[in-house]
Amino acid sequence: MTTSHSGSTRYRERVDSVSKDILRNVRFNQGFILWMGFLTAVLAVCLFAYTIQLRKGLGVTGLRDITSWGMYIANFVFFVATSLVGMLISSVLGLIGFKWVKPIARIAEIIAVAFASIAGLIIISDMGRPDRLPNVFIYGRVQSPILWDVTVVTTYFLVSLMLWFIPMIPDLAIAKTRLNGRPAFLVKAYELLSINWVGHKKQVKTLNEAGRILLILIVPLAFAIHTVTSWLFAVTPRAGWDSSIFGPYFISGAFVSGTSAVIIAMFFYRKSYKLEKYLTDFHFEKIGRVLALVSIVYIYFNINEFLVPGYKLKTLDEIHLKELLAGEYAPLFWGVQLLGLLIPVILLLFKQFRKPLPMVVIASFVLAASWLKRYIIVVPPQAHPFLPVQNVPVEWIVYTPTLIEIAISVAPLVLALMIITILSKLFPVLPIHELAEEETLAVDGHETDLAHIDETAVYNEEKKANNN
Amino acid sequence: MSEKKKKENPEDSKIDEILESSRRDFLKMVGIVGAASVAGGAAIYSGYRHEKAKSSGETIKVLTEDNRLVEIPKDQVKDYKPDLKVLQTRGRLGIKGKKWVMVIDLSKCRNARKCVAACQGAHHLRPYEYHINTLVMQESKNTPAYYMPKTCQHCDNPPCVSVCPVDATFKRQDGIVLIDNERCIGCRFCMAACPYSARMFHWQEPLDAEADKGKEYDVELNVPQKKGTISKCLFSADRVREETLPYCVSACPNGVFYFGDENENAVTNGTTKETVMLSELLEKNAGYRILDELGTKPRVYYLPPKNRIFDFKQGPATEYKETT
Ligand code: SF4
Repeated sequence: MTTSHSGSTRYRERVDSVSKDILRNVRFNQGFILWMGFLTAVLAVCLFAYTIQLRKGLGVTGLRDITSWGMYIANFVFFVATSLVGMLISSVLGLIGFKWVKPIARIAEIIAVAFASIAGLIIISDMGRPDRLPNVFIYGRVQSPILWDVTVVTTYFLVSLMLWFIPMIPDLAIAKTRLNGRPAFLVKAYELLSINWVGHKKQVKTLNEAGRILLILIVPLAFAIHTVTSWLFAVTPRAGWDSSIFGPYFISGAFVSGTSAVIIAMFFYRKSYKLEKYLTDFHFEKIGRVLALVSIVYIYFNINEFLVPGYKLKTLDEIHLKELLAGEYAPLFWGVQLLGLLIPVILLLFKQFRKPLPMVVIASFVLAASWLKRYIIVVPPQAHPFLPVQNVPVEWIVYTPTLIEIAISVAPLVLALMIITILSKLFPVLPIHELAEEETLAVDGHETDLAHIDETAVYNEEKKANNN
Repeated sequence: MSEKKKKENPEDSKIDEILESSRRDFLKMVGIVGAASVAGGAAIYSGYRHEKAKSSGETIKVLTEDNRLVEIPKDQVKDYKPDLKVLQTRGRLGIKGKKWVMVIDLSKCRNARKCVAACQGAHHLRPYEYHINTLVMQESKNTPAYYMPKTCQHCDNPPCVSVCPVDATFKRQDGIVLIDNERCIGCRFCMAACPYSARMFHWQEPLDAEADKGKEYDVELNVPQKKGTISKCLFSADRVREETLPYCVSACPNGVFYFGDENENAVTNGTTKETVMLSELLEKNAGYRILDELGTKPRVYYLPPKNRIFDFKQGPATEYKETT
């Protein structure tokens, strides 16, 4: 058993060094407290704005009978869209077998969990009677796309949460013995959450199977959640929404916003968590290609979405397109299409731009444009209904978001950032055991037989030795 | 309905019929609710005025839900006032055997907006909150404009009903689409789905919120209106239950509106009170439905705006200001 033993020792050393790098960030330092304090303060302002809305009604927003869905719904679509990246990276790319997604997968899941959990709240902020939320469960009608949305968003959130948690179980087991100096409750939590993981053969098998099932399960689920979201619009006859490609159009757009969010997160973790060793230029180069690819697919759907109605120019489509391409929304539209889609793709085709710094700049543009794009999808088609808008106050005709509305729309972002911060401050952001394994693979030329490595046993032995 | 009788008293005969069926419906409803509370399952007919019984031995004959004539002591007769449960149940059921339709003759509309005012008065709305709105329509540059009163179209394939997540907006057996403001969650999906922009939302506290406090909510009138929920044209479901024409229909001074039962193939003009054959009216005048091509199957028909005024002049535009 000598080979196995030395392999095990070497693996343990690697685990030691990797976990040192990664667990370094699991702590409540001053930065964390200040940041959370800042977020809490902003959230308090947003919540105050929401209490005004609760008291006075949705009239405090710029919404009126003509444009009755605005920023909140755009925000909702954006959040659902961005959360889809968890599925893209862990499932699609992971199942295909790309090894480089390993250190990124958990980051993608953190984003998925944060954004999917908040999406539901946004809908509540848009409801005229949030107090009647239980009605959705009491009187829910399966025919309504809203019900489909509620169901799939919740399921997607839960599965994403499991996809974040389950692959982390070995890490928790590794980490629980290495958390000296951290608050006792955290160590206890790790103890509890690692659910007796010792790396036994059977455990590894169960873990891998569970992970695999979830990875497969989440693919149709993710497609469902965003297709259904697109149907909230596509099932209505309005020009600009009445489109049969809205499902794929939304999904391809979702990958664009999600990937750019992951890039920004990667850049941030790399810098402030000092993870340059694990989130390398190579990873950025790869994810840069992914962003270019998904953006190109999205451009393709954009061409379909605008060229086909633009060719036929049915009366209402014409009004809608004119307003988008040359009218009131033209600056926004072209800004989004050029700065947030076309130019990023062109830049990303060059190797020099697939480096961390240029990419985080590009990704920021893409992400901001993704939000605005949702706004363009949601708002303008309502301005020109089938029948003319007459005999109403002027404020009703053009939708302009109010300050209160903007403040309430910021809340979800703050909440998502809080969740991301907590998840990545309390738990390892990168997969320790997988990184250690990878290193072993790279150095030893073969995979570590994890089944022979009993972390707890090793730890207990160590402890005994120390006590003596 | 004989031709002669119709001429003599066209409305009465029609109303008689409505009355008959509505009375039966009503009794059924009273039966449902009353069975529990009144001993013997006999329900009380509301048409009777409450009279103080002079002697305790006096009885009164009452028709029950199942058409039995029974006698009960007179001093036990109480005036019947439907409570929320009754209002909600009968409001959802609608009136059996009826299929309400409206015909709007565009050639007669002079934009008096009396329909709008009557409707807003009945439903406690602000001047810019509409169940019915008259619009200036113009198909092309070369055709003169005309006025078009626009109500909810009470579609037989209503997109709003399909998308509502909680069944707050629903289609009744008599063709009317209503909204239950006790249930609506205010998601406004129905507004997004409605191609006729027929729906309005209470963005703020409704006009008469203060005055209507404590009133029993009547789904057929949508009063009291409720903040954060939807409202829209109800085909005056409360009026048709009482065998009267809708508020807008009877308010029009120009004879624009006809209202009636498709099953009877008869509609009554709100101004002249003349009852005519629906099919004939539509056929002779080339009646049509708006945005029919969307497959919504509206229950509101329009008669084309013939004899248009060629130099169409619109009165001075009213400015609408948001009020609290
Ligand atoms: S706003 Fe009310 S009536 Fe309209 S779809 Fe939502 S719950 Fe139904």
